[in-house]
Amino acid sequence: MTAETASPASSAKAGRKSRRRKRSAASIGLDVLNHGLLCVVALFFLFPFFWMVSNAVRGNAEVLAIPPRLFPNEWQWGNFVEAWLYLPFGQFFLNSAIVAGSVTAITVVVSALAAYAFARLRFPGREGILVAYLGTLMIPQAMLVIPLFLIISRVGWINTYQGLILPMAFSSFGAFLLRQFFLSIPKELEEAALIDGASRLRILVSIFVPMAMPAIGLLSLFTFIAQWNNFLWPLIVVNGMDKATLPLGLTMFQTQQGTAWNYIMAGATLSMIPGVILAVILQQFIYKGITIGSGFGGR
Amino acid sequence: MSQTSEPLATSRRPTSMARREAGTAILFLLPSLIGFLAFMLFPIVASLGLSFTNWSLLAPPSFVGLANFQRLFTTDPIFFTILGNTLFFTAEYLVLNIVISIGLAVWISSLKIGQRWFRVIFFMPTFTPTIAVSIVWLLIFTPGGLMDYVLDLLQVNFPNLLLDPNLAMQAVIVVTLWASVGYNMILFNAALDLVPQSYLEAAKIDGANAWQRFWYIRLPMISPTIFFGTVMTAITALQVFDQIFVLTSGGPGSSTATLGYAIYQNGFQNYQMGYASSMAWVMFVLIMMLTGFQFWLQRKWVHYDS
Repeated sequence: MTAETASPASSAKAGRKSRRRKRSAASIGLDVLNHGLLCVVALFFLFPFFWMVSNAVRGNAEVLAIPPRLFPNEWQWGNFVEAWLYLPFGQFFLNSAIVAGSVTAITVVVSALAAYAFARLRFPGREGILVAYLGTLMIPQAMLVIPLFLIISRVGWINTYQGLILPMAFSSFGAFLLRQFFLSIPKELEEAALIDGASRLRILVSIFVPMAMPAIGLLSLFTFIAQWNNFLWPLIVVNGMDKATLPLGLTMFQTQQGTAWNYIMAGATLSMIPGVILAVILQQFIYKGITIGSGFGGR
Repeated sequence: MSQTSEPLATSRRPTSMARREAGTAILFLLPSLIGFLAFMLFPIVASLGLSFTNWSLLAPPSFVGLANFQRLFTTDPIFFTILGNTLFFTAEYLVLNIVISIGLAVWISSLKIGQRWFRVIFFMPTFTPTIAVSIVWLLIFTPGGLMDYVLDLLQVNFPNLLLDPNLAMQAVIVVTLWASVGYNMILFNAALDLVPQSYLEAAKIDGANAWQRFWYIRLPMISPTIFFGTVMTAITALQVFDQIFVLTSGGPGSSTATLGYAIYQNGFQNYQMGYASSMAWVMFVLIMMLTGFQFWLQRKWVHYDS
């Protein structure tokens, strides 16, 4: 009986298996084609990066040569050093790091404090302030920079780090984002700590911040990148090379050295390195986190 | 004594605790609130005030009422060009961005292996400075550059993109797409991966083909995310500035002059702070109108179910 029932079942299984194998051969072919086509698209997409580096390491006379050469005649890696020395790229790099780093640190601390108040403390006007914060998300930067410039020049902060940093360091979006995350943390956790006599600040630092690390990490990452890439505000506040950030320095290079394309490309490459490294290293973190708050971006 | 004070204490304790909680809240909120007042609320109010003055930094400001707005809409010879350029850029860029990013997201999610590497390739430019990206593309588009050579090679009789008033905006759009399409791509890709496999399997069994599964199941299910991406992309598109600063400086003529660029020019090159502020308010009204329009429109195409 077992032999009788087993044989048709096993032959049916074998038939299904061979059909599956045939189908998978066809679908593997499709998969290869699918991957191949996307590879071609991706290569085209990556071309500007390649063109930038390829032009950074050739002699300037070769940059606009006709016909254009895909690769340099002679690889001049020393162009990076020369560009670094020619304009104060070291200074630009340092300025960008100081500004983006400080804005990120201040934004995270200030947002976390405010978010805790919004999420856990009761006070008059809480909803009203929150609505006011949210209402400013649509305000264009171009509207703010004119009065901000007047304020900054009145207090004598033109061409200073504090002038570059402070007006950019208060993100109503950051406070709102962290509040949303804090609301999902169970109340029981802090009630026990409150009964033990822990202060609110201690609760925030030792319970909320560790639990909200994914949200804080994403807020930090996107704030840092946005500030590293920011151009309009430095363009307005900075009036010398000593405080110029990388994007601003690049445009100075462009106007000063109208034709030194190879150095400009070397500078552009340098300015892209931190962002590209962060995007590659943190790709899974970004991919998983981007759905948390349905996107970060902007300010 | 304890008996008499007991009811008093219980009735008072909640208010004193509430007061202490409110006090703590103020301390927590204070840094953020100071920043908000000084760098957000005050500038907004000041900007509105400035838009009613003729402040030029050189002379003390005087109140001119609605004269700035009147000048914008009646005598300024290029304001309608600027407005048109801004809306044209936003419309074309927004549609292309959403279509391409959905396309890439779906394509990448169909891969069996290597999804993460394709994702990071298309996402990378969004983490690089727009200024640097624009400078690289400027080298490609510049007269006598690679683009001209390739068009020559293909025997296409095409003018240089940056020198042609009808094509310069297309160059700006190409650069902006390259620089930012990866952001929505990764957003939509992440949303697509959250669509339950069982829905797609069930539809497959019912005989739905790949296009039907996309159009009737995946697209509606990620429509809230698409809506979010569309709103955010529109808000940034209306403010476009960096690319135009590097690629065209608003030219040739004023064919790529957008509101963002005109505000910068009027405010910080001509020092007409009042006039520039009135333009900034036009931009803000445009942002609100477009966002409001999208919220109205979403009732017709965004599916929420939970």
